[in-house]
Amino acid sequence: MATTQGAALDRKKLMADPIMVTTIVVLITFLTLFILYPLAILLIDSLYGANGLSLDTFRRVLAMPTFTRAISNTLKVGFVVGILSTLIGLLFAYVEVYVKLHAVAGGLFKVVSMLPVVSPPFVLSLSMIMLFGKAGLITRFVLGIYDNNVYGYWGIVIVQTLTFFPVCYMMLKGLLKNIDPSLEEAARDMGASRWKVFTDVTFPLMLPGLGNAFLVTFIESIADFANPMIIGGSYDTLATSIYLQITGAFDKEGAAAMAVVLLCITLAMFAVQKYYLESKTAATLTGKASRARMLIEDKSVSIPLTVLCSISALFVIMMYICVPIGAMFPTWGYKFTPLTFKWFGQVFSKYKGLKAFRDSFMLSLIASPITALLSMIISYLVVKRKFKAKGFIEAVSMLAMAVPGTVLGVGYIRGFSGGLFHTGFLGGIYGTGLILIIVFVVRSLPTGTRSGISALRQIDKSIEESAYDMGADSLKVFMTVTLPLIKDSFLSGLVTAFVRSITAISAIILLVTPSYLLITVQINEFAEKGAFSIACAFATILILITYGSVLLMNVLMKYFGTSRKIKEE
Amino acid sequence: MAKEKKGVRLDHISKIYQDPKTHKDFYAVHDTSLEIEPGSFVTLLGPSGCGKTTTLRMIAGFESPDEGEIYLGGEPINALTPNKRDTAMVFQSYALLPHYNIFDNVAYGLKLRKLDKDTIHTKVLDILKLVGLEGMEARMTNQLSGGQQQRVALARALVLEPGVLLFDEPLSNLDAKLRVSMRTEIRRIQQEAGITAVYVTHDQSEAMALSDKIIIMEKGVVSQMGTPQEIYYHPKNEFVADFIGDANFLKGKMLRHEGSDGIVSLGGTEVRVAAAENVTDGAETTVVLRPESTVLGDTGYFPVKVVVSSFMGAYQLYHVMLGDVKLIIHEYNPKGKKIYAMGETAYIHFEPGNAHCI
Repeated sequence: MATTQGAALDRKKLMADPIMVTTIVVLITFLTLFILYPLAILLIDSLYGANGLSLDTFRRVLAMPTFTRAISNTLKVGFVVGILSTLIGLLFAYVEVYVKLHAVAGGLFKVVSMLPVVSPPFVLSLSMIMLFGKAGLITRFVLGIYDNNVYGYWGIVIVQTLTFFPVCYMMLKGLLKNIDPSLEEAARDMGASRWKVFTDVTFPLMLPGLGNAFLVTFIESIADFANPMIIGGSYDTLATSIYLQITGAFDKEGAAAMAVVLLCITLAMFAVQKYYLESKTAATLTGKASRARMLIEDKSVSIPLTVLCSISALFVIMMYICVPIGAMFPTWGYKFTPLTFKWFGQVFSKYKGLKAFRDSFMLSLIASPITALLSMIISYLVVKRKFKAKGFIEAVSMLAMAVPGTVLGVGYIRGFSGGLFHTGFLGGIYGTGLILIIVFVVRSLPTGTRSGISALRQIDKSIEESAYDMGADSLKVFMTVTLPLIKDSFLSGLVTAFVRSITAISAIILLVTPSYLLITVQINEFAEKGAFSIACAFATILILITYGSVLLMNVLMKYFGTSRKIKEE
Repeated sequence: MAKEKKGVRLDHISKIYQDPKTHKDFYAVHDTSLEIEPGSFVTLLGPSGCGKTTTLRMIAGFESPDEGEIYLGGEPINALTPNKRDTAMVFQSYALLPHYNIFDNVAYGLKLRKLDKDTIHTKVLDILKLVGLEGMEARMTNQLSGGQQQRVALARALVLEPGVLLFDEPLSNLDAKLRVSMRTEIRRIQQEAGITAVYVTHDQSEAMALSDKIIIMEKGVVSQMGTPQEIYYHPKNEFVADFIGDANFLKGKMLRHEGSDGIVSLGGTEVRVAAAENVTDGAETTVVLRPESTVLGDTGYFPVKVVVSSFMGAYQLYHVMLGDVKLIIHEYNPKGKKIYAMGETAYIHFEPGNAHCI
């Protein structure tokens, strides 16, 4: 047939490029082995037991009241957190884009948007307990309430909302900026009040975007392991149930089946978000803002909104500050002065802090360049090249985004502890640092790829084509044209991967062996034991490391990033 | 300057795409055969979506033809990747490498060919001189105007001395004045370099000004090829006549031939059209009249009613109604001529040699 010649020629041209072919083969192997296979083995394990193919394992776990309760708990928390985060995010985004802000408030906003990027997972849970718990600074010592219980449903909801709303804020800010101000001016001009403009124009335009933000938060919430672990108390969610099923009940088949249930939920949400809402968002907001928006200067609007946002922002910031301060109280809950560094000392003298930091640091340091490079290569292939397996590579690397860490962790246990398909092959990597590095890479790959893809889409395709046309092969094009043009994205991918790795816990906690001490696992352990001062001391150092990395990134970008001259068009 | 001028031959080339919405296959280019002489300047002209850019990209190697074979200098090149083809392309968006300065942009291809430093240096400076960018080697690309960027793109392609130079609507991002001066420049440089050029555009005046030969494409097929004069004066069909310049169409019937002239009945009136051998006696035909070769007067073939009469400076523009057919007439050098006002009746006339039957 006609099309075969074109396809055959395209294939021939691809094959003439051995580096491309090798890259593609290596990528496919990696993605299959470390993303698809662990998920597939979960399904196989939970369906195929001693009695052959059956739904017995599913029946068994679904008969556990604790598990069904965990499902409804998870969905309940996810739903409420999704709604609250979206609303608060919308408020922040609206105020930033539409209202003339005081410089101080603007600064607060920037801090809030930065926090989730660099914060280790359970920081907010820690400070929530320390501020509002039974012996909380605020509840007991300021308000005089002696038996406030922060553990459970509301604890998780508050902490997760505070953790995830900045993500919504950033997403919605981008959307609002893309609304052409003249649409709203037209409505104003025709006689609509500000409120009417918001409800009739702005809000409908944003609706798919709001849905998008809601679902993203929903997924994050149900995949979250660290916060429910620390502040959930007896309120179990899916992620924690799966963990306990493995570490407590030693029921790996049951955990596999539970993981499949959790995975199905997140995948369904992800599918809706990715294929339905994202395209809708793009469809309603294609217009680029034609010119700057007239900001609302009306004091009766701007002051209350700014104050409301600033109070929330200050609250969040206070929660973060509480951690380093908490690490300096002599005896937490009893004696608050004079501030001391003894806990930091103990971290290193008594609790092998140095080894923990070294292990976490080294593993993350190895993982981050691999992640950054891989995600840039994947982005390049996805955006700029066409070949048959491209759909597969794109789909699998995006799939990793929808996989909760706990599910991945269980998948790795089932998939690699006995080797591939329990044959012993590749079993050697289980329990080593290598598998931790691989998990770090897989967990950060989707974020890096997404940022790489959006950076590459900004670059005119013909720039690379011109280099290709002048005689450069794929490797040369990638090294001399693509990479230099997305250097910023690469550098930030490098740091993001590092920060994500060093603060990762959900998958890692299932895979780490005693030969490796990881900071996050240590924090979790001490928080569980109620040794909050030590946990805070660990967390403080971790926060310092992550902030330091981000600062370093900014410096690097300034001196080595894509020169400003290129960016200005 | 080019090592060797190469001809390009397309032998029954087709390209099939899938419509992203309906998922149906369609021919972007269908069974196209062309012969481009070495050293000539050939333009692919047509409206957007006619397949001209796809054809160019197949020659460059970015797209693979689904049917047929492409030859460059007699060699089949279907299986060669773009970096292995002896072609160089000037892109619509210029596609300069934004992280390199002008010198490095032009030197990029030469470095890939592993030439020694001194040779590269001389070649780059020579070519920059040819395109009029002497002394600008160290500038970054974003410090250049659109026209200058275009010159760099041209220099970068020329310096490789390709067998054929490909242009993908290179002037469409420039303003009107610059477009006119750049096209003269491109023509000059192409002739000085003596290089084969294939040029894609949707701008008919650009095509006329530049080309040795114009290839008009419509819906994936070639409508007509020929010199600019052939295409303007002897369009093969209404599409070509309408696409190149303005044209009026009068439907009629070929009555008989007198020598090579044809006598055509237009609504009962007999008119004489020169060189009408292409239409047989008794056949339906359409007479093509260019607005500037149609005359308005007190006597003539048909009475018409003037509906628009505007002074355009160089000419008087008329829209006239012949029955329910609207005709456009340009009366050049209108000073001292009789001007008809809106609503007046006048007669149109034309010389046999100024009309053309299709």
